[in-house]
Amino acid sequence: MSDTAIERSALGDSLAIGSALLCGAIGLLYAFAGTDTPIAINGAMFAIASLLALGYLITHPSDAAADRDEGYMDGPIRVATIACVFWGVVGFLVGDILAWQLAFPALNFDLPWTNFGRLRPVHTSAVVFAFGGNALIATSLYVVQRTSRARLAGKWSPWFVVWGYQLFIVLAASGYLLGVTQGKEYAEPEWYVDLWLTVVWVAYLLVFLATLYKREEPHIYVANWFYLAFIVTIAMLHVINNLSIPVSLLGSQSYSLFAGVQSAMTQWWYGHNAVGFFLTAGFLGIMYYFIPKRVERPVYSYRLSIVHFWSLIFLYIWAGPHHLHYTALPDWAQTLGMTMSIILWMPSWGGMINGLMTLSGAWDRLRTDAVVRFLVVSVAFYGMSTFEGPLMSIKAVNSLSHYTEWTVGHVHSGALGWVGMVSFGAVYCLVPWLWKRQGLYSMRMVEWHFWLATIGLVLYITSMWVAGITEGLMWRAYDNLGFLKYAFIETVEAKHWPFIIRAVGGLLFVAGSLVMALNVWRTIRGDAPVDIKDQPAVAAAPELRGLRAVPAE
Amino acid sequence: MNHAIFEKNSLILLIGVLIVVSIGGIVEIAPLFMLQSTIEKVQGMRPYSPLELAGRDIYLREGCYNCHSQMIRSLRDEVERYGHYSLAAESMYDHPFQWGSKRTGPDLARVGGKFSDSWHVEHMINPRAVVPASIMPGYPFLGQTPLDYSNVADRMKALRLAGVPYTDEMISNAKADLEAQITPDTKAAKDLAQRYPKAQIRKFDGNTAADAPPTELDAMIAYLQMLGTLVDFTKYDASGPNLR
Repeated sequence: MSDTAIERSALGDSLAIGSALLCGAIGLLYAFAGTDTPIAINGAMFAIASLLALGYLITHPSDAAADRDEGYMDGPIRVATIACVFWGVVGFLVGDILAWQLAFPALNFDLPWTNFGRLRPVHTSAVVFAFGGNALIATSLYVVQRTSRARLAGKWSPWFVVWGYQLFIVLAASGYLLGVTQGKEYAEPEWYVDLWLTVVWVAYLLVFLATLYKREEPHIYVANWFYLAFIVTIAMLHVINNLSIPVSLLGSQSYSLFAGVQSAMTQWWYGHNAVGFFLTAGFLGIMYYFIPKRVERPVYSYRLSIVHFWSLIFLYIWAGPHHLHYTALPDWAQTLGMTMSIILWMPSWGGMINGLMTLSGAWDRLRTDAVVRFLVVSVAFYGMSTFEGPLMSIKAVNSLSHYTEWTVGHVHSGALGWVGMVSFGAVYCLVPWLWKRQGLYSMRMVEWHFWLATIGLVLYITSMWVAGITEGLMWRAYDNLGFLKYAFIETVEAKHWPFIIRAVGGLLFVAGSLVMALNVWRTIRGDAPVDIKDQPAVAAAPELRGLRAVPAE
Repeated sequence: MNHAIFEKNSLILLIGVLIVVSIGGIVEIAPLFMLQSTIEKVQGMRPYSPLELAGRDIYLREGCYNCHSQMIRSLRDEVERYGHYSLAAESMYDHPFQWGSKRTGPDLARVGGKFSDSWHVEHMINPRAVVPASIMPGYPFLGQTPLDYSNVADRMKALRLAGVPYTDEMISNAKADLEAQITPDTKAAKDLAQRYPKAQIRKFDGNTAADAPPTELDAMIAYLQMLGTLVDFTKYDASGPNLR
């Protein structure tokens, strides 16, 4: 190792220690001088996390000879993979509790910390940002290394990204329960948590970009285009939508910089592109790597990937106003948003076709490999929800569907069907690959997970279609004397059974995720696979693939 | 087609992405800040009184927006059910907007004055006491929690920075105004009414003891009772420059 490399490594260590010290000091400042209880609690959590990091840094002095550039850096990816499974179970569970609360309101317990209004952001953030975010961080850092043939840039930075992101999740979620919120859906974290996420996210962007920059492959693989677009666009959306003025620099509360109609437009520009870039572009990166890898076939069309990529990222940004049809948003913006949302159907289905047709010549895998089934069914759900979305963005349809459970059903067909299923598929691929195992502990458990999740999902979506269309029609129903036919509360009563069916569907989905957690845990622990003969060769870690006896065809 | 330039240069790819994803937002958002017609000209809009503001903060804190919209769409059934469709002007001081996206409960944009204070008190303590089929959580703790308004003037200052026209007078009298709104028939209450026209002044939570401090329930009901009551629709003309 050259002298400059040793110096750089030592500089990295001192910067890391200095940052941990600084963060610890900031945390302590808020813990003791914060003007309200929530920020003091969050300050204490921040300080504890920083001090733990500091302790680790000090007790693991840099051994320049040992941390030579040796192969890929998978430690942070392992952490993010476990975090993805953990937060997934938490997020689905909180979601199902909310579903039961809607059916049986006594379950709110009339307490501040357990009521629906405070718990719902815990569910959405846990699923979107914690489960989905960790799936994206894990897969993007895995994919960028393999497709660039380069080790992750930075020594501590990837670790900082992963653990800093977990800290963001814990700060945000604990804040919601304590009543800290900006009052904007999917952008609830207050200003100080937003700032922290900005720091973590910029580090993520830099790690990703620097790894691309030092790649050995001449071409940047298509999955990385999607990951890069996701990271940089989320940075832009997050910073602009969260512009706000804190009441006090030592307090938790702030007011959004924008008001009324501008605030609404900015928020749904953000909100819809949290869908478009966080939950779509990023996960398309997963699709473009894990489906070809798992079925051992090249991506169907290179040209289609190019068209798919640029048209998708260009069009998604425009779709926000379809959340604001018939509101006080000017008509021109509503019409523009609707038009672009309908056009968006095309690149979405172009991407779906590219993903599905990658199975050409390997369709039998759908029957024999449950992991492939997860990946492919997710793309089918992607196709379904990206058809339903443009449909619901048409003003006439939206006048019925908006404000109803139909929207909730639509979101979940995308979130559980597309994002959930593709993440499960990726996790099942990643775990044996990262922990160097011959395969998953049990393929039968993957089968069980698949059917639990799919049946739960179908119950969820259909019950919400029924509930949403019913209430939408009831709201606008007139009797033959020309009066509104139903009081609002009658439309609530009409949803009781759909609510119960939805909650049961959610329970099946949670059960499936627990089966996954158990399977992942036993695989990581090193338990010998119980049904290795049912697993394809590609299930094993790359370095072990040649070692396994190939069963006779 | 020469796509190789993007595939071989990470920075050019990054810049390309940034340009492509910026266009839509710029076209849709920037004009809303510049076009005069975005926000209608109306009579009667004013910033929230300190007590109403404190109530609104609790509305956000409890996540009410997860289930209640504050945006009546310009559709026949909504106008008949809830009242005049919502104007952009009516949320011009809302940082952030609370239009919502879901009606698990009814729209609240014009809930002000539709129910009595005592109905709201009962409803907040146990929604099923007044609406047997309601699925709303109970909020009995609001009436038991004294309102923390130590920093209400700072909150108004922050809002002024964001563009809400609070005057120096309003800010220096913030605490007095907040207390005055639950003590009717006093000099302070009269001053408050002058600064915040149409402000409703009474003890909202039903606790009429002489020295009862303001509770979170007072603030919440004061906020709910003013929602949608400010704009004078007798003087509002939807045609002309106000036509969206």
